Amino acid sequence: MIFFRLILTNLQRHRIRSFISIAGIAFSVAAMLTVVTILQGAIGMFSGILSSDSEIIVFERNVSDLFFSNVPASVAAEIARWPMVAHADPVLFGIVSSADHPIITCFGVTAEDARIRQADWIAGKRADFALHADDVVLGARAADFLGATLGSHVPIGHGVFHVIGILKTRNGFEDGGVFMPIGTAQSFFHKDGSSVVTIKLRSKDDAAAFKGMVRQRYPNLIGLEDAEFSRSYSQFKILKATAWAVGGCGLLLGGLGVANTMIMSVFTRIREIAILRVNGFSHAQIAGMIFGESALVSILGAFSGLVFGTGALFALKLVPALDGYVDVSIRPVVMLIVILLALLTGVAGALYPAFYAMRVRAVEALRFE
Amino acid sequence: MKIAPAQKNGNGRLVLRAEDVWKSYDEGTIAVLRGVGFEVAEGETVALCGPSGCGKSTLLHLFGGLDEPDRGRISVNGSEVNRSRDLLRLLRHEVGFVFQLHNLIPDLTLEENCLIPAVAAGTRRGEAQQRLRQLADRTGLSHRLGHRIQKLSGGERQRTALCRALMNRPKILLADEPTGSLDEQTSATVFQLLLDVAATEGVTLLMATHDRGLAERCDRILEMHDGRIHERQSR
Repeated sequence: MIFFRLILTNLQRHRIRSFISIAGIAFSVAAMLTVVTILQGAIGMFSGILSSDSEIIVFERNVSDLFFSNVPASVAAEIARWPMVAHADPVLFGIVSSADHPIITCFGVTAEDARIRQADWIAGKRADFALHADDVVLGARAADFLGATLGSHVPIGHGVFHVIGILKTRNGFEDGGVFMPIGTAQSFFHKDGSSVVTIKLRSKDDAAAFKGMVRQRYPNLIGLEDAEFSRSYSQFKILKATAWAVGGCGLLLGGLGVANTMIMSVFTRIREIAILRVNGFSHAQIAGMIFGESALVSILGAFSGLVFGTGALFALKLVPALDGYVDVSIRPVVMLIVILLALLTGVAGALYPAFYAMRVRAVEALRFE
Repeated sequence: MKIAPAQKNGNGRLVLRAEDVWKSYDEGTIAVLRGVGFEVAEGETVALCGPSGCGKSTLLHLFGGLDEPDRGRISVNGSEVNRSRDLLRLLRHEVGFVFQLHNLIPDLTLEENCLIPAVAAGTRRGEAQQRLRQLADRTGLSHRLGHRIQKLSGGERQRTALCRALMNRPKILLADEPTGSLDEQTSATVFQLLLDVAATEGVTLLMATHDRGLAERCDRILEMHDGRIHERQSR
């Protein structure tokens, strides 16, 4: 108890300094949490697009980005006929632009595609999809920012399209996207196939056999289960690494703040450390006190940062432009890693101060009263 | 080498012994102790007198293991105080320090300050509390246990320092000008308390002081001049 009081006393003694250190860790944790959660949310959403009512994705092997993948239409048709396949939906991804909106995600899909089947149709009828080549269906947010309504014509890229429906989905990318018949998309993007083919199997037990068949018959293609894809897709890896690197840099800055505080803390209490030594405190107890102080700063900072970061995520979710893009569900593992990193940073920041405190010679500190 | 012998007034067991101790600072340019030798027997009260800078505090620090002599031997309870000795045990259980400026931690309460040695030694809380109550009763501080150090008078602070020094029941008390910062009346009161508690607890007292009047009340006076000991019997 007194050991804890010694730790707490010093933090209370220099309240502003302690507050700044805690705030430093808190902002770092909040930044890390926000960046990682937003990017993981984006990755989750993109994975969600691919895995709508499907278990396996087939795409071109060794492409750096799915936008560059091309699965021939004949292959998609052949795979659809395999006995183990319930349905195979070719999807063509593309980026289109419109006036004032340089980036709109475009989905070239068939009328039977899960994205079309399972969405809430706010306006229009699903039966009308793909009846005409210049027909498109807009996500609700896309319709909003394009100022389009049912039956209106919208300029997209070098063409003008007839809006025959408006969908509401929970996925930000889909909600801000344009759905067009796959034939129209192939013509628009000058492709003869699709970016991916999403596969629904009759039995999940056939997954291994299916992937083996893809590997055997189409050596330039690869079939991956959804979870495998999320783990191995290079773009996701880059995004995750970037998120953790940015967050880590933030935390490092916070850690330097803790180190500075702890160094000042030790320098200003050399006499007190000497008193403790004379009263029987060991080097380990002195170091424990310094580490305890930094750990307390880190824990307080980490929890404040979690609260602050969660608040920031909810605030971002309320921004109309980000509607659907921000996933505020913080994964427990992310929370745990962030707290552990904050603690680790705090402890690392206290290494030199603790070492210095252990080397304080009581006799010298007490001689000059 | 001359060693001032201990009085054989107790059981005669030697608890402190300095043999030809030399100590200097600033790479040997300031010689403080030049062949100091003396003994203190268990239960003795010994005053170290001498002008400022004559090495009184240095000698106390050497007995507490806070510093090392350049030459010679310092022994406590029959064992030499050097790097091979368990200095933590020495500080936790064998010697207690009282300083001129009390050296209490101002943000803690009297109780918390006194319990620091018990925390260091890992004494059980109940046992430490019982010991604290006993010491607080003896020093008249029972009503001040929850008060912060800033709220205490000079005499109370020094009595608190005494309680802290005796917390782990050391048998040797090293006091460095324990009444040096107190007025005459408070000084006399605190010193009498120091002698009483030392007698009650069976503690050996080695005290550095400028105050001749107080020194005269100890069993022996060791005069320090030019880094050497010149013994004078007091009682």
